[in-house]
Parts: sequence; structure tokens; C-alpha cells
Amino acid sequence: MTSDFSTRAHDALNNPQLRANFRRAMDGLMTKRAAQFEDKDNWHALRARGAAIKARALARLPDLLEEFEQKAIANGINVHWAETTADANRIVLEILTAHGAKKVIKGKSMVSEEMHLNAHLEAHGIKAVESDLGEYIIQLAGEAPSHIVMPCIHKNKGEIAQLFTDNIENQPYTEDVDALTAAARQVLRREFASADAGLSGANFLVAETGSLVLIENEGNGRLSTTLPPLHIAVAGIEKLVEKLDDVAPLLALLPRSATGQAITTYVNMISSPRKAGEKDGPRQVHLVLLDNGRSRVYADEQLRDTLRCIRCGACMNHCPVYSRVGGHTYGSVYPGPIGKILTPQLAGLDCAGDLPHASTLCNACVEVCPVQIPIADILVRLRTEAAEPSTSPAVKGAGSGHSAVESAVWKGWQAMYAHPAAYKVGTKALSVVGNLIPAAAPLLKQWTSVRSKPKFAAKTLHELAREKGYDHE
Amino acid sequence: MSEARANILARLRAAPRLQPPERPQWQAPGFNDRLDRFRVMIEAVHGEVHLVSADTWRAHLRKVLAEKNVARVLAAPHLGLDWDDMVAYDAPVEDFKDQLVSGIDAAVTTTRGAIAETGSLVVVPDMDEPRLASLLPPIHVALLNAGDIADNLAQIMEKQGWAAAMPTNLLLISGPSKTADIEQTLAYGVHGPKELIVLVLQ
Ligand code: SF4
Repeated sequence: MTSDFSTRAHDALNNPQLRANFRRAMDGLMTKRAAQFEDKDNWHALRARGAAIKARALARLPDLLEEFEQKAIANGINVHWAETTADANRIVLEILTAHGAKKVIKGKSMVSEEMHLNAHLEAHGIKAVESDLGEYIIQLAGEAPSHIVMPCIHKNKGEIAQLFTDNIENQPYTEDVDALTAAARQVLRREFASADAGLSGANFLVAETGSLVLIENEGNGRLSTTLPPLHIAVAGIEKLVEKLDDVAPLLALLPRSATGQAITTYVNMISSPRKAGEKDGPRQVHLVLLDNGRSRVYADEQLRDTLRCIRCGACMNHCPVYSRVGGHTYGSVYPGPIGKILTPQLAGLDCAGDLPHASTLCNACVEVCPVQIPIADILVRLRTEAAEPSTSPAVKGAGSGHSAVESAVWKGWQAMYAHPAAYKVGTKALSVVGNLIPAAAPLLKQWTSVRSKPKFAAKTLHELAREKGYDHE
Repeated sequence: MSEARANILARLRAAPRLQPPERPQWQAPGFNDRLDRFRVMIEAVHGEVHLVSADTWRAHLRKVLAEKNVARVLAAPHLGLDWDDMVAYDAPVEDFKDQLVSGIDAAVTTTRGAIAETGSLVVVPDMDEPRLASLLPPIHVALLNAGDIADNLAQIMEKQGWAAAMPTNLLLISGPSKTADIEQTLAYGVHGPKELIVLVLQ
């Protein structure tokens, strides 16, 4: 994955329609979330609990994965392990091929996006149909999600109406949201009824009971996991929680943080395939546990906190950068603050090293994160790791952003600040010649292209202080 | 088992072992009038609530269904509902799919209880009331005993002992199916029922 954040950011900032779409959506989401957490004491207690539950599960992760696997298998669920997205794609394809499946209906799953599963299946002659309304819309448009909770947040009604007219037979152009929704329902009902398999993600995996917990509003997740004869779920290994009752506080955090809802319309807990005598539900349930770099990140105590994420999207809704440039600018499956720390860790700083710099470190994301991930600290850590070769095996591509010039400048800066004489000479020199350096000088040019060059004062602060009679600076 | 499994677990086990933190105190809210809270919450997400008595609910339901111009109703025979065009979900979905996907106007199911805090029904599908009954027909009628409303999720899980015996599928249902994917504008019935009617039996 290559990323050139600044070029894309520049384009996005010059697209007024896109900016208006995001502004409207983000304002709405922030207001709704705030209304859910008005009681500050409860919010602090609840998120401390949520953070501890996830940290606890991570501390015991290898044990919990084994416990979960044992329970799930006893319940009749097939559990598979994948080290890479290529492994996961291969496993999913093998299961589908073994069942002669030609069409898969999909509930919303970010891990399947991470795997680029649809493209893999298409390449092997299997049709993958997205059934979440937002995902369906961007699949029609041939685009990637721009938000992890609301994938087509970048599109307005007019664009969607046009897409439907172009792609759905006999669909007249209408911007009426009820009519558009009804049209999608009709098309997708047929797809559901004829699908050979359903694919989903999972929000939580419960070690105690071997259950998958999925949340959603539309019912397409329930349909994908119930109507077809085969259900395959894909989930990151960090989705584990220890106990079923750990789900309660996490459910009190996730939908409220994500969309400002007290709860999603459906909470779907799946613990086994169809049992004898039951009339519906898939005859087989498979779960693919995906690593894809997570166990490497896990090796570092600080970076491990990244794996607490419950993918609520609150960090992006509150991010002043995300809300202006939109999700596609990040060039990665996970955009916004969580994407800025997760993508460079999974893909490597050599692939996505510019993402940790796409932040002002304003801390808005940290304040709203329901599981207290120290996103800003991790951003700073990753910037440092990119600049110098690291000793931590958890970081892929450390040192890939090293610049000899930058490093020399900082060494000079350090030396100047460590020696009073050098500091005195240096600041004096700058006050004399600083204003003579042109704004377009080689090292300054990029910085001054969007800022005006500061004017140096004729006298240094030391000199001014001394004139005022202060002896000791 | 697989090599991938061994490698992943080995990497996780080689990482520094951290002390698992304790879970800090947090109390989900309780309510003096659980029925009232349940009603306010589920109505806020477009659910319809009718308070009825345990012996008149069938008559009441007939009236509601007639008002909504419902023709075919899906209901388990043991509910004892009296309706002309009534079918039971008594065949495997493979033989029942067409009817279920587009031939039924309303389905009636029982519930295992409800949650006041979030206005959620607890639905546990079984052989008589399979999973798709509460999902495919455009209207879902749920029967709820007023005495089975708990304060919050943690409480009902504990009280009903979920963790010891998880069924194939356990659902929390809070309102009819909805989406806000198009310009954050709410639309109901995108994939599941467009209407959710709760009959609270007192
Ligand atoms: S980092 Fe925190 S705020 Fe962002 S998606 Fe994850 S859990 Fe939500």
C-alpha cells in the first residue's frame, strides 16, 4: 500500500462538495454522541471499565484464544487461523469451493476490507455482494469505504440516486431516501435468497462461551449469518473478551460512541450452527482468526494498546484532520486517528510512514476513545520510530523515514541548547542574518509554501532582558 | 493443528507478560418504573407498544393486524392465535424460503424478556419460532411479559444464566430494522421488519 497523504489531502481540501458532506455528517455524529455521555462521572467509570476489559483480555490473549477455540469447536463452530491476509483469503476460498459456492452475501466487515476479500473471490469466479446499504452503495460506485462505521458518508443523495438509476433495472431517478432504501431492499432480498454463503465480521468473541457477537442496525448482518446454508466469519485475533458479561459495558460504549445510539437495533449472538430439529440457520459456521501483524504489534507494551480498539469510529468523527480531508485521503482501509496508528503498524512504516504525521496532536481522539487508547502518544512514538532505526521488534519499517539533513539539524539544535555560549552566538547570528534568508531557500521552501516566514527581532530575548535590568536569564 | 495457529500463539507467548488489570467498578443504571423506561426507549426508535392483559391479547392483536391490512400471519400454533390466513414455520427454511422471503405480512413471536435501559427485547429463537421469523416479514409482533423486564443487560444476563447455556442464537432487538447510511437520514425496514409491535402482557 503506497500512501501519499499530502497530495490527496490537497485534492480533498479543494473539493467543496466532499467537505460539505463530511462537515454535516461529523457535526451530527458529535452532537449525538455528546448527548449520550452527559453524565461525566458515569462516562469516566464506564470507559475505565471498557479499557480494563480490553487490556485484561489482551494480557491473557494467547490463553483466551485457546479457550475460545475449545468452546467454539465444542459448540460445532470450525475455527481457522491465518497469519496473513493471503492465508485468510485462501482459507475462505477453500471453504467456499468445497461447498461449490458461487455467490456470497456479505454483512459489513472491516477485516474483509483489510483482506481485500471481494477482489480475491471475484478473481476466482465467486461473486461477493455487499448487503449493508452503505457498503452496497460504494460497491456500486467501485469505491472503498471512507469511514469504518458509515462507509458511504462521503456521498450525498444526488450521487446515490444517480448510482441507483445507472445500476438497478427500471429504477427511476429519485432522491427520496425511503424510496432509495426500498429499492435496495428489493434487490438485496433476491441476492440473499439465492446466496450460497454468508460472510460477516464479529465485534466481540467471547472466550467463556465460544460465541460471536455482532451488532448492526439494518438486519443484513442477521440475514447474512442466518439465511444461507454456510456462514463464514472473519475477525482479528484482538476481538477476544474473557466473559460474556464483559460484553455489557462494551455494548454500553460502542454504539453510543459510534452513532450516538443507546444500542444498535440488533445485537446478534451466535454460538453454534443449526442444531438438529432447528429449522433455519447455517448448517456450518466457520470463523477465520486473522493475525496480519497484530501479534507483532503485541510484542511492544506501549503499542499493544492499539489492539484495544473496538472500531467505533469516534476518533475520526472528532478529528479536525479527518473531518476536513475525508476517509479516502488516508489511502488505507482504516482512516482517521485509529488508521494513523494502526495502518503503519500493520503495513509497516516504510509503507505508510506519512500517516503518523497527518495529525496536529490536538488530543480530541484520545478524549473520546471509549477504551482510552493513547493515540497521540503512539503517534509521537511512531514518528520517532520512523526517524531512527528501532530496537523494538514490534515496529515494521522503523528508520525508513530517516533523513540525514533532519537528523543533523536536530543534533545541531541539541548542541546549541546544551551549551550557553553556542546558544548565545547562534541566536545572535540568527537575529542578524535570519531576515536575509529568502523564504524560498532550499530547506525552508516546503515549510513556507503554506506559511509566512517569521520575522526575526533585531535583539535577542537575552539582550532585551538585560536592558531591562535582569541579570540572570 | 495448523502451523499458523502455532506461530501466532508462539509470538503472543514470547511477548512481555503484563499483569491483567482488575475491572474497575461500574454500575449500569436501575429504574423505578422499568416498563415506563422500556416503553420510552423503544418508542424513541420507532417501536410500537401496546399494554394488554394476558387474556385479551389475542383479540387485541386481531384488531391491530386488521387495522394494518395484514393478510398472512406467521405464528407458532401453541400461541393459540385465531386468524384465517395463518401459517406455522414448521418446515426447514430450504422448503419455506420463498414464502418467508416475500409471502408473509406479519410474524408473531415470544420473547425471553426485555431491557429497560436501552428498550431492548431479548429474543431466543427455537424450533417453534426460528431465527428468520423475527427478521423477514415486514411486521414483527413480539409478546412480552411485563414481569420479565430487567433494568439492564448485565442484570438480565446474570438473572437468566446466559453464560452457562448459550443457545444457537440469542438476539437483542431494539426497534424495527433501520439505516442512516444515506445522508444520515433515518429510513426503516431496510432489510428486516419495517414495524415492530410489542404487546406487553400485564
Ligand atoms: S481508537 Fe478508540 S475511538 Fe478510535 S475507533 Fe478505536 S475505539 Fe473507537
